[in-house]
Amino acid sequence: MNFNATLIGQSITFVIFVWFCMKFVWPPIVNALDARRKQIADGLAMADRGRNELELASRKAGDHLRDAKAQAAEVIGQAEKRAAQIIEEAKQAAREEGDRQLAAAQGNIVQEANRAREALREQVAALAVAGAEKILRREIDAKTHADLLGQLKAEL
Amino acid sequence: MASDYASSGEYIKHHLQNLTYGQLPAGFERHDGEVLAAPTWTFAHGAQEVQAMGFWSINVDSMLFSIGLGALFLYFFYAAAKKATAGVPSGLQNFVEWVIEFIDNSVRGSFSHRNPLVAPLALTVFMWVFLMNLMDLLPVDWVPYAASLAGAPYLKIVPSTDPNVTFGLALSVFALVLYYSVKMKGAGGFFSELAFQPFPRFLFPVNLLLEGVGLIAKPISLSLRLFGNMYAGEMIFILIALMYGGGWILGVFGGVLQWAWAVFHILIITLQAFIFMTLTIVYLDMAHAEHH
Repeated sequence: MNFNATLIGQSITFVIFVWFCMKFVWPPIVNALDARRKQIADGLAMADRGRNELELASRKAGDHLRDAKAQAAEVIGQAEKRAAQIIEEAKQAAREEGDRQLAAAQGNIVQEANRAREALREQVAALAVAGAEKILRREIDAKTHADLLGQLKAEL
Repeated sequence: MASDYASSGEYIKHHLQNLTYGQLPAGFERHDGEVLAAPTWTFAHGAQEVQAMGFWSINVDSMLFSIGLGALFLYFFYAAAKKATAGVPSGLQNFVEWVIEFIDNSVRGSFSHRNPLVAPLALTVFMWVFLMNLMDLLPVDWVPYAASLAGAPYLKIVPSTDPNVTFGLALSVFALVLYYSVKMKGAGGFFSELAFQPFPRFLFPVNLLLEGVGLIAKPISLSLRLFGNMYAGEMIFILIALMYGGGWILGVFGGVLQWAWAVFHILIITLQAFIFMTLTIVYLDMAHAEHH
């Protein structure tokens, strides 16, 4: 083994290489690696958060849906109740109106009957008088029996 | 090629020599018999000339290939770093990020303190050592033969089979270990860690010896292990390459062996780079740790 100045030359070369590597090669690459590691970590965290948010949103949507369904059911129930009520009211009103009209009609009928009876009575009286007149024309003088005829008329 | 050499010993020696540039002293007799009148800067031919050049010479092939490979690594990683985004990564960025995550995990696993230097250091160590080791998988003759046609007498293309390279790396790491030991524990704290344990204080020479050996073992273990593994692997490739000069039966057998050894070596080169990086991290972690 011969040692010569190559030894020194190698040492100097080595120092220069290490310096260059430390100054210009190592930092940019390691920085890029770190930056990428951070990017990936951020991306994963973001995906995680997105998943959480999605779950939250879907749960919220489910809640909303359930609420809406309940509300709709309530509204429908109320509407049905109200419809039944309206029908009931209408029936009631119709029935009352019918009763009332019936009563009025009956009243009219009674009145008409009374009126007819009155008219009938007058006509019967007149008829009776006319009959009696015919019978009595020969025997009864209208002038003499006028007060009797009037009395009879009042009695009918 | 192996048949171009006088003996297989010659071939092996040739393949294990670096392209060394240095100054030969005056009066030195060169390999071709030429005697130098004045000190001359030149490429060494043969081990003797390398020896004569002494410390102030340089292995041009080791430097070129190691710097080239390191620059290649930094070029691609820098290109990826410039375009790095947190978005969907492209092919190159994907690969670079994969390497960086791997290094980052290793550092997090072994290093329990805060220091922005350690991870880039580990990345540089791993990729650089890996690329230098990777040159081992190129067939041993290709590049040196091409270089010899271009006029270079020697060429070793695997920088990590040059002890200068592995020790250069290990000593730099060792300097960091010493620096952080003193910085984190103070000079006194570092000294007491060396002198006052594991035995009681009055045995401090024994402690100093034990801990001193432990300390010195760090750069030695780093560099010699890498160097030894790669040198041995390269040596086997060279020995296998010798078979190509021994007729076609031996040649075919050598081809099969080289393929098998190369496949096995893929594991070794990666493992050695990984061990070098892990030990670097562990040593720096120990330098940061407060004892007791």
